[in-house]
Amino acid sequence: MSAGAKPAEAVNEKTEDRPAPAFPAPEANATSAPWWRGLDEGRLSFQRCGACHHAWLPPRTECPKCLSPQWQWETASGRAKLVSWVVYHHAYHPYFASRLPYNVAVVELVEGPRMMSNIVEADGRLRIEMPLALVIQRESGVALPRFKPA
Amino acid sequence: MRGNVVVAGIGHTAFGKLPGRTTISLNIEACRNALADAGVEKDAVDALLVKPPTSNPQFMYGQTLAEAMGVQPRVGGAWDQGGAANISLISFAAMAIEHGQCEVALVCYADNPRSGSRHAYEKAWGDDAAFGWFGVPAGYAMLARRHMEQFGTTSDQLGAIAVAIRRHGAANPDAQLRKPITLEEYRASPWVIDPLRRDDCCLVSDGAAAVVLMSRARAKHLGVSKPVPILGFGQGQSSWEVAQRPDLTRTAAEVSGATALKMAGLTAKDIDVAQIYDCFTITVLMTLEAYGFARRGEGGPFCAAGSLELGGELPLNTSGGLLSETGMPGLQLVIEGVRQMRGQARQQVRGARTCVVSNQGGIMHTHSTLVLGQTL
Repeated sequence: MSAGAKPAEAVNEKTEDRPAPAFPAPEANATSAPWWRGLDEGRLSFQRCGACHHAWLPPRTECPKCLSPQWQWETASGRAKLVSWVVYHHAYHPYFASRLPYNVAVVELVEGPRMMSNIVEADGRLRIEMPLALVIQRESGVALPRFKPA
Repeated sequence: MRGNVVVAGIGHTAFGKLPGRTTISLNIEACRNALADAGVEKDAVDALLVKPPTSNPQFMYGQTLAEAMGVQPRVGGAWDQGGAANISLISFAAMAIEHGQCEVALVCYADNPRSGSRHAYEKAWGDDAAFGWFGVPAGYAMLARRHMEQFGTTSDQLGAIAVAIRRHGAANPDAQLRKPITLEEYRASPWVIDPLRRDDCCLVSDGAAAVVLMSRARAKHLGVSKPVPILGFGQGQSSWEVAQRPDLTRTAAEVSGATALKMAGLTAKDIDVAQIYDCFTITVLMTLEAYGFARRGEGGPFCAAGSLELGGELPLNTSGGLLSETGMPGLQLVIEGVRQMRGQARQQVRGARTCVVSNQGGIMHTHSTLVLGQTL
């Protein structure tokens, strides 16, 4: 894709009389609602195929490996490792302007699925493959699966 | 079919900020210029293939353009594959010509994100917006970080790519950005999304480009002055979003490059000049590894050794690429490849007989590769 690298300047403007920007809350659909509900109840889940036992995220209606529609939810152990991460120095959405710089990471659950997340409580330097542990944190009422160094 | 189809004409608009122009108008200008370059009348066109504008996708865009151009093509339409679509459309046109489905094909692209909407490049990635996951540069930054951590690739090595391409762009009077940078200036360039700096990121540009394709025999019959043969092409699709991709430092550019080089009967060692999709510096580095110009993980030292400069091992993006000539995705790289093979480039690589061109889209999701040969 082409870049459009420079985020709109207006995003970083802070104006006193402007209302606080709204959290870009997930829009759960029929497929993803159980995943978000699980987080709300304190567990991170993923899908496992009943036919080929492949495990995946994000929620889908068919197994992306064997295309079977037969699958179950499983609860993740919460153990994971860091695949990669970036640090935002520009806010593409006004909600995140106040927390710059902030990280977004790809993490791999020990059960296999990979997902986007944030790394929290990272005092030292992040490094790929470092072990992580699940921390469910609430953001504007939404339970988000984040990770901290294990 | 190696060499049976040629690029007979090239054309483009000015690059930069072109307010008040529709993408239809920009496409028509580029097509008009390409037809004039080929010396072909519009009425000869029987295939019109277009990459839809990224910043304003429209239903049946190919037919809207055909109507505005007053052509009723046998083969026509739009193909969405992000930035890989231009070369993919060229390869589709080449196959259609080879098999008698059409005779004279126009492949074109126009967009106006600079004076219009940049939303396509800044939007959220679905529900992951909750983590602050926004924008195209972030995906490439995620690949770059993994490459750096896994192989020891450095920011300075990415900087060497930006320095080389910006120097080439500075010598191109048509380039949108004609300001060369030093490595020191690169280092001082602010982070956009660490590990990518502003100077790792391509331009945002309005503009259009077009090429005319036909059989070698037809070009000879018409007396086309500098037909450039298409020696090979290929595609590859990585498909998975960044988080689901099993290996962040390998992409289907490997498949795309290998397919094109095999068709051309060449290896990376046989390539004299390259036009590699440089939406971000890391894209160049990873594509060069995928094509076999450097071993996996060794793209950084290859780029930092001056290989990409004129006179280097693989002169790259000789008109300035997306970092300097125009951020318009992809087709201008094909056009510069054609100029090099005609021996008419402003910064001509002396004696260049082969050129590889890469297009790619998404976050290195889609890839297409073109191998061009010296003019007939």
